[in-house]
Amino acid sequence: MHEWALAEAIVDYITKVSSGKKRFKRVTVKLGELQSIDEEILRFSINEILKADGIHVKELRFEKVPAIFRCRNCGYEWSLKDMEMDEEIKELIHFVPEAVHTYFKCPKCGSRDFEIVGGRGVYVVEVIPE
Amino acid sequence: MSKAIFMPKEKDFRLAVIDRRLAGINEIYPIMSSKGGVGKTLISAVLALILRDRGYKVGLLDLDITNPSAHTALGVSIKELPEEEKGVKPLIADGIKFMSVAFYTQDKPLPLRGWEIDNVIRELLAITIWGDLDYLIIDTPPGLSDEALDAISYFRSPKPLVVATPSPLAINSVRRLLQLLNDLNGLKVLGIVENMANEPSKRVRELAEAFSIKYLGNVPLDPTIDEVIGDTSKLRNTLLYVALKGIAEKNLGPNP
Repeated sequence: MHEWALAEAIVDYITKVSSGKKRFKRVTVKLGELQSIDEEILRFSINEILKADGIHVKELRFEKVPAIFRCRNCGYEWSLKDMEMDEEIKELIHFVPEAVHTYFKCPKCGSRDFEIVGGRGVYVVEVIPE
Repeated sequence: MSKAIFMPKEKDFRLAVIDRRLAGINEIYPIMSSKGGVGKTLISAVLALILRDRGYKVGLLDLDITNPSAHTALGVSIKELPEEEKGVKPLIADGIKFMSVAFYTQDKPLPLRGWEIDNVIRELLAITIWGDLDYLIIDTPPGLSDEALDAISYFRSPKPLVVATPSPLAINSVRRLLQLLNDLNGLKVLGIVENMANEPSKRVRELAEAFSIKYLGNVPLDPTIDEVIGDTSKLRNTLLYVALKGIAEKNLGPNP
């Protein structure tokens, strides 16, 4: 469960940035489409770790962010749905999203020099204490 | 509308967990050289073997993100992904815990810009579960770019082992690296290993002396080494293994 490792990082982060506070109104986490995180597993993992650490979060909110790419060579923009990705490659990118540069090129000019403009992976955007 | 009051400057949540991931590691040795082709990867892999053969718990992390090759040195198959269990468990190769981005790129090119390389390093450090280790050896990329410097910036008390060769080209390059390392307060450089040298050279000795760094020893050039790369049994019979073993016994902690 790779999601468990990310969940530990999220809980450690919440603790660190709040100087050890134990009660939170809301925590918002963005989930980039490219990393194809299993939302339910991540939610379960975060809740288990929060419980073990005695931390209460009233609302754990996930926001999905579509993956968008922009070619640095020709400027073309495209999204994940424009790419045919088999399960094996999807799994490799799940662990290291930058591996997308290994398996894909700009659909217009063929350059691998493209940018992940949005939707790369997990990102904590909000930590609101009670 | 509620306002988030905790939005620190560093917004990357992965950094919060890196110390925890590395907490069970006793000593971290980044194998560094700003000059390419001086033998960092082989020294990293063989040093990991030597420490393992002495009975230590050893990890090897390949941080040459765009050009990983430590798996080739150790003969590790990257076809099978490391196991997952509350994170990613490094693959065990010859008793060494091994992790590399090569598992995820399958040895294909991974062209990345500097900040993307940094992103990969953070991801690997956040998800890899090393457990308890006596030594973590890090194969670092050449140069003085982001990834080379990140190889020491995320670790608490890393002790770089610098690799040089007697070539004036390597000396000039390594001098620049030592100047940078010298500027990092509190960083202890383990010393310099002189590779591909049948005798200790005056140049490398003087370089070590100029920076008050220990000259750890020389490793002779072994013309047969390319024939045994990837075969750990044969690597153990090389001049590289023997010379590096002597250096490790003298300088890298007591026998367990």
